[in-house]
Amino acid sequence: MFRRDGEHCVARFAPDEVNVLRKVAAEVVALLTDGFDRNDPVVDRLFPDVYPDRPEDSAEYRRLTEGELKTSKIDQAGAILATLPASGGGEVKLDTESAEAWLRALNDVRLALGVRLNIHDETSLESELDDAVMRDPTSSRVFQLSVYAYLGYLQESLLDALVS
Amino acid sequence: MRGMLGVMTAPQVIPVQTPDVEEVPEHDRPWVTIVWNDPVNLMSYVTWVFQKLFGYSRERAEQLMLDVHYKGKAVVSSGARERMEYDAAQLHGHGLWATIDHS
Repeated sequence: MFRRDGEHCVARFAPDEVNVLRKVAAEVVALLTDGFDRNDPVVDRLFPDVYPDRPEDSAEYRRLTEGELKTSKIDQAGAILATLPASGGGEVKLDTESAEAWLRALNDVRLALGVRLNIHDETSLESELDDAVMRDPTSSRVFQLSVYAYLGYLQESLLDALVS
Repeated sequence: MRGMLGVMTAPQVIPVQTPDVEEVPEHDRPWVTIVWNDPVNLMSYVTWVFQKLFGYSRERAEQLMLDVHYKGKAVVSSGARERMEYDAAQLHGHGLWATIDHS
């Protein structure tokens, strides 16, 4: 988890954490590049319809803004990849600009996972996780829910470190 | 096998172009940017985004965040349409669910 150190936000990550962060950041990049699919509900959430009652205006807005939005989302996921230790665990030290890119990128990952996991307002992560573990402790849902919860704590800690 | 985010590789759908949008003078009709509730974004993060993008005080940003959370949506800025489109793009860049409408 992140903490404040002078002008920087600093965290020490175990090798497993680095692997997870690298994996999810790379998957967001894939989702926004070769895997980009307008019919994917995750893309729908990351690129919302700005004029819900005006499909023509929405299409025009998308034509004008989608490329730039895609690029900024790829760049912020790239900021995570660029600052992680090259191999194994280690320390990550972020200046304000990198910390803000991390915050936005972690949020994109959580939004994507939230759609895949069907997270809604009434979702209790704890009971979802308990249920999933009961069904099959080795399932990908257990892993995804754990990652989703972990990223929430990580994002919160980074925000705390940034504004403190 | 799919990755964790289930990246799909279906071909990209090209949206149909519709050039015949009717031009209506809208100078004196205010537009609004609306942020909608979603179950993923952290309350602290949403407050921070409102402060950062709009320069709102912590109190105002927090109140807007609470409106989004409990009422389902909140108007976060109003003005010229172009400005609202800029605001919405910034909000989308931060992962908030923003739309534009007439006030």
